[in-house]
Amino acid sequence: MTSTIAAISTPLGAGGIGVIRISGPEAVAVAEKIFSPAKNRQLADLAGYSALYGRLHDEESDFDEAVATVFRAPHSYTGEDVVELSCHGGLYLVQRALRAALDHGAQLAAPGEFTRRAYLGGKLSLAQAESVMDLIGASGKQAARAALAGRDGVLSRKIDSIADALVDLAAHLAAWNDYPDEDMESVEPGPLCAALRQSLGDCRDLLDHYDAGRILHQGVETAIVGRPNVGKSTLMNLLAGTQKSIVTAIPGTTRDVVEETVLAGEILLRLADTAGIRHTEDPVERAGVELARSRLESAQLVLAVLDRSQPLSGEDLTLLAQLKGRPAIAVLNKSDLPPRLDEERLAGLVDRTVEISAKTGEGAEELTQSIAALLHLSQIDPAAPLLANERQRKCLQAAAAALEEAIRAAEAGVTLDAVTVCLDAAIDPLLELTGKKASEAVVDAVFAQFCVGK
Amino acid sequence: MEYYEAQSYDLAVIGAGHAGVEAALAAARLGVSTVLFTISLDALANMPCNPSIGGTAKGHLVREIDALGGQMGKAADATFIQSRMLNRGKGPAVHSLRVQADRQKYHQYMKRVVEQQENLDLKQAEIIEIRAEDGKIRSVVTHLGAVHQVKAAILCTGTFLRGKIFVGDYSYESGPDGLHPANRLSQSLESLGLPLRRFKTGTPARVHRGSIDFSLLEPQAGDDPVTPFSFETEGPLTNRTICHIAYTNAETHEVIRQNIHRSPLYGGKIEGIGPRYCPSIEDKVVRFADKPRHQIFVEPMGLDTEEMYLQGMSSSLPEDVQLAFYRTIRGFAHVKIMRNAYAIEYDSVDPLALKPTLECKAVAGLYGAGQFNGTSGYEEAAAQGLLAGINAARACQGKEPVVLERSGSYIGTLIDDLVTKGCSDPYRMMTSRSEYRLLLRQDNADARLTPLGYELGLIGKERYQKFLAKWQLIHQETERLEATTIPPSPALNDLLVSRETSPISTGFRLGELLRRPQITYEDLAPFDPDRPELPAAVTEEAEILLKYEGYIKKQEQQVREMRRLESQLLSEDTDYSKITGLRLEAAEKLGKIRPRSVGQASRISGVSPADISVLLIWLEHRRKKGDIHD
Repeated sequence: MTSTIAAISTPLGAGGIGVIRISGPEAVAVAEKIFSPAKNRQLADLAGYSALYGRLHDEESDFDEAVATVFRAPHSYTGEDVVELSCHGGLYLVQRALRAALDHGAQLAAPGEFTRRAYLGGKLSLAQAESVMDLIGASGKQAARAALAGRDGVLSRKIDSIADALVDLAAHLAAWNDYPDEDMESVEPGPLCAALRQSLGDCRDLLDHYDAGRILHQGVETAIVGRPNVGKSTLMNLLAGTQKSIVTAIPGTTRDVVEETVLAGEILLRLADTAGIRHTEDPVERAGVELARSRLESAQLVLAVLDRSQPLSGEDLTLLAQLKGRPAIAVLNKSDLPPRLDEERLAGLVDRTVEISAKTGEGAEELTQSIAALLHLSQIDPAAPLLANERQRKCLQAAAAALEEAIRAAEAGVTLDAVTVCLDAAIDPLLELTGKKASEAVVDAVFAQFCVGK
Repeated sequence: MEYYEAQSYDLAVIGAGHAGVEAALAAARLGVSTVLFTISLDALANMPCNPSIGGTAKGHLVREIDALGGQMGKAADATFIQSRMLNRGKGPAVHSLRVQADRQKYHQYMKRVVEQQENLDLKQAEIIEIRAEDGKIRSVVTHLGAVHQVKAAILCTGTFLRGKIFVGDYSYESGPDGLHPANRLSQSLESLGLPLRRFKTGTPARVHRGSIDFSLLEPQAGDDPVTPFSFETEGPLTNRTICHIAYTNAETHEVIRQNIHRSPLYGGKIEGIGPRYCPSIEDKVVRFADKPRHQIFVEPMGLDTEEMYLQGMSSSLPEDVQLAFYRTIRGFAHVKIMRNAYAIEYDSVDPLALKPTLECKAVAGLYGAGQFNGTSGYEEAAAQGLLAGINAARACQGKEPVVLERSGSYIGTLIDDLVTKGCSDPYRMMTSRSEYRLLLRQDNADARLTPLGYELGLIGKERYQKFLAKWQLIHQETERLEATTIPPSPALNDLLVSRETSPISTGFRLGELLRRPQITYEDLAPFDPDRPELPAAVTEEAEILLKYEGYIKKQEQQVREMRRLESQLLSEDTDYSKITGLRLEAAEKLGKIRPRSVGQASRISGVSPADISVLLIWLEHRRKKGDIHD
């Protein structure tokens, strides 16, 4: 059976309209659970291509007014039943609407899944197949990058620590089951249930406090990179100062990265000013450089700052070489000074260049336009980090549900083999980001922790 | 060297250990003319390490081999001297049968079966070369220059391939148990493009029964009654011996620590990668320094020998150190070593070079099974031998290969793990390796595999009919239990309360009561007047099916979801570098492993869900264009 999927289908900004798209056999049913039309009308009665005005709500309360547009299969983008809910475009509201849809039976769409369904549903031509694959590949990469960025976060570390505890527990059970003749502490139902309940409590705590601190992960993750003293911090200040800063500077959860969320035109950017990337022997500085490098790896957009008043250095060239194939803009700073940089040497290394003076503010507008154009062209999905977070949340929920089942089984006295299967089901979603399966992690842990074997 | 043209065969099986024997028997039984080569006829189906068959997950493999029509289960039933069902009380998914076998009798039994098998020749010879043309096998060559034309061959070389034994400082080229190694074949295999590597394993000493004071050890008896491995074995089986447990102590560990520099492992002389699950005693002492004692199982090698095997005490320390530390053990003060412990290093292939059929990607018609493929254990070897034998025979007959699903057997899980993820140390099967372990129980191996065995021609009609009749009884009994309501009664409520489960006040179906973890089928007998007289295998199965119904259904749902991807087949010659949208890493991995299905592709590390989406669209695109039809 085909599942029903949902995702945010408009770029995330602070204003305008935000659209949640729900597609699949249950699309209308899911929408009905979170959207109440005005004037006693029913979404289910609606013909295709028609819309109703009403209000969005979740378990807590009504939270926004919205317009629901219904498309009936096969006359929709995907060829399935589709409902589009247009609400006010603020981050908070769009995300809340998405979460309501996910809580009522929709699955979070995988990268490029709407387009994939459109293709499989015969809505796109054969000639478009390659571009569809390209798009899915690209959005998959973005999702992976967003997930990678998320992995540095406090949340990920907490999820990892829950997963570690469960893997240890599962390893003990596995060792006990697979090496019954070994001289090993037996697994008793009491301590087992206590350990399971502890992990369940940790999952629930995390879910309850999930939204605190997640604002850090909104917007297009942007890295400002360059060797020291080319004006990275000044550029950061310029962007933060001249643009409407919607969040004040938050010292990053990670030591040397200062983060700032700014609105550049329609697009929300999450800027990070990183330490200069250079070779260094100083251990403290090296830690900063490592961090900058990992930030560069996970960034969706890179602003590479070069000093236009000096010739290109070897360090500049090394940095530019790392940007190949990435959405990047070379920002030629210090346009207020006489130029000494040979711009022709940049050809082939980076597609876009913008001249600015971070000091005077000259060129800031052009930079904004260039960013918008680049993001548009490279089909950056600004929602990727948010979706990565929603995915994590769904994983935590799945883990919590599996743990509840494991506890029910253990408490009822069901044999341990069934409990271990529930435990695997709790570990798998928590390990999803690492790409590992519970069975592999558990087997590795058995050999690392237990002295078993002939 | 002079060569001569010798008899040609459809299939040559190289090596007559547990993999080779199953491979040769299966192929011959499928009607393919087969020759089985061994370096020594006296070492056919030898157990150079533990004289034991089964154990956790391994016992499952033996049941599956039997359900498919293999020989191992029957051989174990015929020659066991002690049998135990492990993990009783931990749930049916992990119940595991393990027997001590009489090593000599096991060998004799298997040799006899092989000798009597139609279509099968057994020959003592060392194969030194595999000849291939245009990427396809042509012949195998013996050390005496005999060239046998073949359509297929299976490499079951065990630890013989460039085998090298280590005992302390001393090392020498050797196969197991003093047999000579196969030194020349490796070069031929490498020139055919097979990626070989060194693995290592070890075995403990065999000591004289009369030198042990058993009064100081804990006895360990077998089960009564004994459960057989084979679904065909009938009649009561009896234990013939008991085993004993001994323990190492602080003094043992001290002797080992004092001499650790004399270990070839710690001295860096052994380059082979040893199994994580089978650490030598010096490994245990070093890695788990805080453990005050380690267990040793003292197991007879057979009924008419005084040799005893010391499970848990493998070592590659020098012989004098071995004697010194064995003698620190309570009950072993005067122990006499008959065969010393040793480590053995051997060539094996990176299993990523194999297809899920166990055929080498580089050479059509050449298959691998057992330790050659990077596994460890007699049962793992036999399981692969059986499948390699089936596939090689079917290839000779121009038939489609057989690939078992992960969700249907441990054999399928084992082979899928090997060819999809590879292995970094000798691979041992464990119940924790199967995500579907509530479905892959040892009790229902016949339901999972016997229909296939019958379809292939390895299971006879009579056995198949018996199998169908058994499962009909099982289903009848579960239906009866589901349909029969019994009234509340003081006796029933006494039972329920005594088991700490709630009493009933209205009629209850037997099935519902049976779903309570505290209540067994046997418990309900007095309250079930219409209960038919049924064999234990039937009532046990009915009980499991009802008791675990909820979990079983959930796992079956997971299987159905996965099967959607498993049924999307990928062609072997797919050029992944040309598929737009695949990440570079994914394209490289897919190109190397060449998965058989999208399902297998999804299990390759480094292939993401987005890559799988791209593959599905690409397949759909080709289907629409009419490139492939299915």
